[in-house]
Amino acid sequence: MKYLKTYEDRCIGCERCMSVCSLAFFKEDNPAKSAIQVVPKDGGGFKLVVCNQSYRNCVSECPTQAISISKQGVVLINKKLCVSCYSCVAACPIHAMMRHEGGLYPFKCVACGACAKECPADALEIVQEEHA
Amino acid sequence: MSTQPHSHDLENLKSQHKVLAEYHFGLKPVERGYNHRTLYVNLSTNEIKEKPVSEDMRVKFTGGKGFGMKLLWDAVKDDTRWNDPENEINIATGPIGGNTNYPGSGKSLVVSLSPLTGIPIDSNVGGYFGPYLKFSGFDALEIQGKASDETIVYIDGDKGLVQILAAPGEAVDSHVVAEQLICMFAESEAGRRHVATVSAGRGSDHTFIGCLNFSLWDLRRKVARLKQAGRGGIGTVFRDKKLKALVVKFSGLAGDSNHPADLETLQKTGLKLHQEIIANDASQCRMREIGTAHLVEIMDAYDLLPTKNFKYGNHPDSPKINSHEIVKYITQGLPDGCWYGCTMACAKVADGFTLQTGPYAGQKVSVDGPEYETVGGCGSNCAIFDPAAIIETNFYCDTYGIDTISFGTLVAFLMECWENGILNKERTGGLDLTWGNWRDSMELLHQMARGEGFGLIAGKGVRQMKKYFAEHYGADPKFLQDIGCECKGLEYSQYVSKESLAQQGGYSMALKGPQHDEAWLIFMDMVNNQIPTFEDKAEALYYFPMFRTWFGLQGLCKLPWNDVEPPDNAETDEPAKVPEHVQNYVDIYNAITGLKLDKHELIRQSERVYNLQKVFSLRLGKGSREGDKPPYRMMGPVTVEEYESRQERYDLQLRDKVKVDPLGKSTLEKLQIMRQYREQQYEHLLDAVYKRKGWTREGVPTVEHLQKIGIAYPDVVAVVERHLR
Repeated sequence: MKYLKTYEDRCIGCERCMSVCSLAFFKEDNPAKSAIQVVPKDGGGFKLVVCNQSYRNCVSECPTQAISISKQGVVLINKKLCVSCYSCVAACPIHAMMRHEGGLYPFKCVACGACAKECPADALEIVQEEHA
Repeated sequence: MSTQPHSHDLENLKSQHKVLAEYHFGLKPVERGYNHRTLYVNLSTNEIKEKPVSEDMRVKFTGGKGFGMKLLWDAVKDDTRWNDPENEINIATGPIGGNTNYPGSGKSLVVSLSPLTGIPIDSNVGGYFGPYLKFSGFDALEIQGKASDETIVYIDGDKGLVQILAAPGEAVDSHVVAEQLICMFAESEAGRRHVATVSAGRGSDHTFIGCLNFSLWDLRRKVARLKQAGRGGIGTVFRDKKLKALVVKFSGLAGDSNHPADLETLQKTGLKLHQEIIANDASQCRMREIGTAHLVEIMDAYDLLPTKNFKYGNHPDSPKINSHEIVKYITQGLPDGCWYGCTMACAKVADGFTLQTGPYAGQKVSVDGPEYETVGGCGSNCAIFDPAAIIETNFYCDTYGIDTISFGTLVAFLMECWENGILNKERTGGLDLTWGNWRDSMELLHQMARGEGFGLIAGKGVRQMKKYFAEHYGADPKFLQDIGCECKGLEYSQYVSKESLAQQGGYSMALKGPQHDEAWLIFMDMVNNQIPTFEDKAEALYYFPMFRTWFGLQGLCKLPWNDVEPPDNAETDEPAKVPEHVQNYVDIYNAITGLKLDKHELIRQSERVYNLQKVFSLRLGKGSREGDKPPYRMMGPVTVEEYESRQERYDLQLRDKVKVDPLGKSTLEKLQIMRQYREQQYEHLLDAVYKRKGWTREGVPTVEHLQKIGIAYPDVVAVVERHLR
């Protein structure tokens, strides 16, 4: 399974990943449109909210079968089938299925790795492995 | 349902179609929840036309059931009967209907004059037809007239085409015809989701308890699923019009097909409820696991599960049919909403169910349900405690186009008649209707579909049977009246209302007949004692029917209102109203329409339609105070055995409430005293509720009230003036 592995203890909260992600998929630098979210934790440090491709509640919850799993194990949304109900957004136990104001379609990390390449703290890595 | 029709069979069926009439309409997107036009089809004259929705109609009647009722009001005469050609079947969702964000937003409302009651019936049903109809171009579909031969009406929302087709070949039974038509009209296998049908079944041909099946194409199971507009015999009207099916095709559904004024609020409010359901449902109502059947054990525990024709409210065998048994038949983990975006997902399915009886015996089918009402009606109320028997009855009722609620209640009535010697094998043509005999109950159902034997008599409903049994079998009409659980001609749905005066009113004052969709007050009244006085009960019987009517104006389902609650709901001022969810409805209505409604105006929207429906009954010569009175079985113990089964409770009530010492009195004496007391209480309730609703003591809306709520149209006022004289 291909997924974006996170090392929260290394994250410095620069949000570079969010810029890279929103620029790559929405052509604008807008943290609300990033499929990875850097969230400050109470008491210091950062939580990285991003799809680990493993829960897949979104796949079973989708009423239109718009969400499927690629050969590499990545959870993908087919916008042509999506009716924007956001059942998937609600079903994700780690809040990694995103939506943004003004948009119709939910969005999520597709493990492209663009953010990992740019992360100055090596807090992100694309891996091909089963979850521990 | 698992075997799809072969393409050459479909070609053959299609080749038999003949276009009787055709109409092209301009494609026009929905704006803020409305398309601002309705579609009129006349099957007698083959006329097809569109009608604009006037500003007045939109403001006064809102949509859904409101539009259906107003169109019907304009279409019929004072003496129109259900099988006159001018009677209509009107189908509409509402302005909120068809949104994919807020759970429970895909309902269609069906309105017609009922063969059982002779007054307007309305039924709220899932499936894709209503939303696809609106997005195709029409806020409502109005079908008038009677075809001479088997007919299909086809609406193509992609091309802007309406056709009336002669269709001699297709099946009548719903589970077959729905799949035939979906597969026939879809462009491809992937396109089946874009086609939705409405159909009835052979049982609708021969009974007054016909229902309509609204389809949805199930992507995962690859079958046509069926949701029912069950109550009041609309399927009977449908078949009387020689309608085989309605078909709509619309391929463009998107997350903003209603073109809402404020998409963000709609999306956020829907998401909030999705999250609430997913977080809380498993510990609240378990709708996602088992649907409404979770109620079986709750009702049994509170002595509310109808058993042996509403004699009792529980039974030692009820654990055999409770949700923990039913769930063994139900497939888990699928998004079983009856419209997109309903995470409550209560439309459960028994897959791979092998039928034991009837024309489809031996086939493996997917059965929608059973819902609580079906378990109560076709199960416990008939002392049938076998889940497979209930699911089998459910399947055949649906595909034959027969209402499971009326069927269950009328079989329970028959079984009590059998117990009392009113019926025997000679009179039933060989059927043994002993309590619990599900095989003969099934045979009765098959007779209804074949139009044979005792099924023809039973299929006319409890009210007709009371008359028939008195006239032909010499049965005591008073006893039949006491135990025949119908009001206004419609069979009761499946809750024992004996110990809740408010619910007796909720049932029996319901405009269309005793369905619990207007009010379900048993816990507020009987369990929690939150509405102790007549005024309290009257307020509840004003507010809740009005609030619940609103779902039907909007194309909404009632269940996501209070079958899931915010965790802090109990701490609010009025937990029974679920205030946060009421605000959600206000918010999504405003978000879609761009209007500024508040929770008070919401009630006013309902009040207009509610009072129009009441006046409609008066106009048709019904709607009297007398018609709002329940049979005594729904109010208290009719028989000695019923009294004695709960003697402690009733004796206590005699002492504390009636102020009569039960000591030394025979059960018969106590029965009579109890009855007199309860009937008197009910009269007081009627007075209080009518007053609160703005009606006279006879249940006639006053002219002042009609003026106040804004429906004092000359023809409406003329009707009440006739009754006020």
